[in-house]
Amino acid sequence: MIWSWHNILSLSRTDSILAALLRLCALLSAAIVILILLFLISESWPVLQHVPLSRFISDASWHPAQGLYNIAPMLGATLLSSLGAVLLATPLGIASALFCHYYAPTALAIWHRRTIALLAGIPSVVYGFWGLTTLAPLIGRLHPPGVSLLTGIVVLTMMILPTVALTVDAALAGVPAAYLRGAAALGLTRWSMINGVVLPAARSGIASGIMLAAVRAIGETMAILMVAGNVVQYPDSLFASVRTLTANIALEMAYAMGDHRAALFVTGLALLAMVLLLVGFAEFFKQDAAHV
Amino acid sequence: MKKLVTLVLLLVIVGATWLFIPKKAEQASNKPGMERLVLTGSSTVAPLAAEIGRRFEALHSNVRVDVQTGGSSRGINDVRSGLADIGMASRALKENESGLFSFTIATDGIGMIVNRANPVTALDRQQIIDIYTGKITDWQAVGGNADPITVVNKAEGHSTLELFLHHFDLQNSAVKAHVIIGDNQQGIKTVAGNPDAIGYVSIGSAEYEAQHDAAIKLLPLDGVAASVENVQNGAFPLARPLNLVTRSEPAGIIKAFIEFARSRQVDDLVMAQYFVPVAH
Repeated sequence: MIWSWHNILSLSRTDSILAALLRLCALLSAAIVILILLFLISESWPVLQHVPLSRFISDASWHPAQGLYNIAPMLGATLLSSLGAVLLATPLGIASALFCHYYAPTALAIWHRRTIALLAGIPSVVYGFWGLTTLAPLIGRLHPPGVSLLTGIVVLTMMILPTVALTVDAALAGVPAAYLRGAAALGLTRWSMINGVVLPAARSGIASGIMLAAVRAIGETMAILMVAGNVVQYPDSLFASVRTLTANIALEMAYAMGDHRAALFVTGLALLAMVLLLVGFAEFFKQDAAHV
Repeated sequence: MKKLVTLVLLLVIVGATWLFIPKKAEQASNKPGMERLVLTGSSTVAPLAAEIGRRFEALHSNVRVDVQTGGSSRGINDVRSGLADIGMASRALKENESGLFSFTIATDGIGMIVNRANPVTALDRQQIIDIYTGKITDWQAVGGNADPITVVNKAEGHSTLELFLHHFDLQNSAVKAHVIIGDNQQGIKTVAGNPDAIGYVSIGSAEYEAQHDAAIKLLPLDGVAASVENVQNGAFPLARPLNLVTRSEPAGIIKAFIEFARSRQVDDLVMAQYFVPVAH
């Protein structure tokens, strides 16, 4: 005990080098976020100077070539598609992790986990390509045009499913074995053990997994660009085509100049604000949960 | 302690590599007599320019041709600001872009495409306008099956969109699209996968894909069949020049490249991309 106190209070030479190094790395990673924010603001400044922020949600439409900059439908599309994907992927991911931990034979569990990990490694453009050439025509047969909010949600679900499954898996693995033994000693069935002991104990891990997945869904660009149809509108049904904020940037950035380009950076700002809000909410609820 | 030493060593190695790599790159580009030619602009022209560049490099061992895409307007902007030596534009220069020099290296047409399963074989000008503005929403109204039409439009900024709107005298905000696409390939894949879709893409790539089993077909425009042949003889109404743009009267290596790109020596490359070579 005394030895460790000594070590913390008066740093040895190697420690002080390490401390300096760590400080530098920490500063660097924090600075990157700030720099990105500053960059976004400075790039969108030209248009913000003569177009008030309110016009980005009150203009008639998004036609930057004609000076109309309404990004609200795209905000809505991003929210809806991510929400849909999270709603679908969460039960699937949790079920997959529970199966892996408490129901599958060891050999199957190992292979199942590997398959899920593989799913996480597939590049998003491959999902997009598959969605465009296979899924979109299928959904188009139900209701044209096929590329739609629903197609986007399905593809996003597949992309974030491994994130949910793997993080929940890790959270379940972190539940102390003593809890399980206690539950077994009480004679609980496997399901009541999961429902009454494991899930509450792993709650915060599961929540952060879902949060990670949600952020990934919001940030996903290439796949959603290929399958969601990209029409700027509030969807009137699951089969309507939508454009997300990320798709808007990817679709138009290469060709944009002047105010149009700056307006795309405003889109980026909106996206960042959305993610920050989401993370903020997550922190808020986490603290709340910690006090309970 | 050992770990710390390893860490520091690792950092030193990374630092050393970092110091060395740029030096090597500098040496390569600073080789005596080495010249770099930067082309930016239209994504339609870029693949052709890259092929021409490759052949040009083979003939001139001291030149490196660097082709980057980003749209016609971007190409013209980059030439103006000096970021690029040559801009690529898949349209003629606009009035506010005077003062630049443009050289046509090929011509391309824009054709309406529908799914191969669609029984409609021709649409007149007014029908296309009505479809794109949402006045006609069912194929039945133009002699097809009783299915709702899926209108495919291009994203803002693409010169194909500008040309299309200009030809049909439309405002983009008046277009009621169901799907908005980025490049030609995405457009062809979208129409091929949806039996009720209609879109417009470069005739060059559409004809190529249609011959390679994509389920699309080109519709005639104003009674003229959409084919490379009709673009070549000037009969097709919706055609555009593919231009190389420079800031000043080309000289030196830029002049050599432009002359090469307009010569008979690259006709086969132009035709391989299903564009139409210039008259020599």
